This record gives sequence, structure tokens and C-alpha cells, in this order.
Amino acid sequence: MIAGVSTEFIPPGPQSFETPPIFSGVEWFTKPVLVATLSVIVIIWFFYGASRKAAVVPGKLQFAGELGYNFVRNSIARDAIGSKDYMKYVPYLCGLFFFILLNNVAATIPLIQFPTFSHIGWAYVAAIMSWVIYNAVGIKKKGLWGYFKHQTMPAGVPLWLMPLMIPIEFISNILVRPISLSLRLFANMFAGHILLLVFVLGGEYMILHSGSIAIGGVGIVTLLMALAIAGLELFVQCIQAYIFVVLTAQYIGSAIADEH
Amino acid sequence: MTALEITGDIAVLGYGLAAIGPGVGVGLIFAAVINGTARQPEAQSKLQSIAWIGFGVTEVLAIIGIALAFVFKGTGA
Repeated sequence: MIAGVSTEFIPPGPQSFETPPIFSGVEWFTKPVLVATLSVIVIIWFFYGASRKAAVVPGKLQFAGELGYNFVRNSIARDAIGSKDYMKYVPYLCGLFFFILLNNVAATIPLIQFPTFSHIGWAYVAAIMSWVIYNAVGIKKKGLWGYFKHQTMPAGVPLWLMPLMIPIEFISNILVRPISLSLRLFANMFAGHILLLVFVLGGEYMILHSGSIAIGGVGIVTLLMALAIAGLELFVQCIQAYIFVVLTAQYIGSAIADEH
Repeated sequence: MTALEITGDIAVLGYGLAAIGPGVGVGLIFAAVINGTARQPEAQSKLQSIAWIGFGVTEVLAIIGIALAFVFKGTGA
């Protein structure tokens, strides 16, 4: 929050994301921790409630739960990993999808309005988890040497190109993937939140502190723009959760794929 | 009348330039999806899921740009 005393407009920046501890003395319990904890509770309640009284003719909650689960299982996991051994990874992908989705959408829910993944540490952990999993299943299936051969030496490339191909493929398949995975999620949430802050704080400043009716009118338009951007952000938040999980599934699928 | 004084960080201009390429790329991806759907409407869902993956891979370039805009902020004059 920006102090109302100063008459100069202070644009929002990375300092807008510094969240103080909610209870003084408990240093680690900040707003992102609270949002993530709430999201886990909601997810557990939702899926427990959806599967507790599972019936052939589903109730409302069970129907919603099956819809979400089927979406992750059929259009993410099965398409990306292949219909032979995708079932093993559905629990992880499903949990990951709903965790990221809820934490992103928290940026739109009134009174919470903070995307957990705008703190990059959260995005790093999610990406490292996916990185460890896809490398581990690949190494488990093909062995260490076989896995690196599979990831760095694409089939059909002539031998004299290999000195060029191996470093490129190693960097792009092993090193860059976790970085791009985490940066994409983090920067989308960060930039979206800052964009909203610019429009809302700027509009508020123009209406209340500019002292000019014309600029105040522009401020009202700015606040209306903020509403439209909030809608766009809601879309981006859902898309980012989807992309993160689809790419994770894709990486798992390419790690365990057979040579063809 | 005084000259309009613009203050801020040059890194933001750099980010604007960096966003051109990914913007064109994302446009090409969805243009291809629209073309494909017009030719073969039943392939729409398949095309869309591929398009979102391509979108994610292309968009990360713009995202790296915004991250670097913050990294290099204020290091110049």
C-alpha cells in the first residue's frame, strides 16, 4: 500500500510484493504462505467431498470433481504422455494443476488478491519438482547413459553434426527447461499483478490527488480499464496453470518415449 | 510552455523492443490455428492443445525480457 500523505505518485514495483509477516514474531508466515495453505485446504475439501459419496449418478460436487479430474487425465496426461503409461503420473499432474490454478486465481479473488507464484521461490520449487520427476522417470526407464543419449542425440541426425547437437540438446532439454518453466509462471503472475497495480493506484491517484477535474475523468477511465485487465488476467492465470502442467506432462512424455 | 519531461528507466524501452519478436511469433501460431481450423474444423481441439504449448514456448521470450528489464534496471545512467 502506498501512504496517502505524499503528493507524489510512487509507481508500483518489486517493493509492492514485500509482504510483512501476518503475526509479528512468526517470520515465515506471510501472505503467500497463507494463500497456499488455504488453497491446499480448499483442494482437499473439494476432492474429498467429490469422491466421498461416489455414486453412479453423480451429485453436483462429484460432477464438478470428475470434470476437473477428467480434464487433467484425458486432455493433458493422456495426450502428452501416451495412453500406455500415463496413469502413473495423473495424481501428480492433477495435484499440480489445481494447486497452481487456485494460487493463480487467488490474485483475482477479492480480499485475497495475491498470486502466490509472484514470489519466485514458489515457482522455483514447482519447476524443480517437475524437473526431478521427468529426469528420474527417464533415468529409471533407460538408465543414466541411455537417458542422456536419448535426450541429447536425436535420431536421424548425421554423426558429424553430433558435436554441435549434443551441447545444444543438453542445454535445451536439461538445463533451460526448469528455468523457463519457473520464469514463465513467475513473470506472468508478477507482471499481471504489477499491471493491475499501475492502473488501480494510478487511477486512484488521478481522481483523489491530482486536483484537476479533467485528470480525474481520465482516472475513472483508468479504473474501468483496470476492470478489463482483471478479466484478462483471470484468463492468463488459468492458461498459465494449464501450460505449466501441459509442459510438465510433455517433458515426462519425451523422457520416457521410445525411440522411433 | 515547458518541455515535457519524461523520466523513467531505459530498460522499459528495451523490454518493448524485446516483446516485438514474441508478439509476432504468438500471432503466427494462432494464425496457423485459425487456418487449420478453417480447413479442418474437426481438428480444432487437437490444434488448440498444440498451439498452447507453442504459445508457452514463444511467450517465455517476452517473459525473459521482462525479467531482464528488472535485472538491468537502473544500472545505466
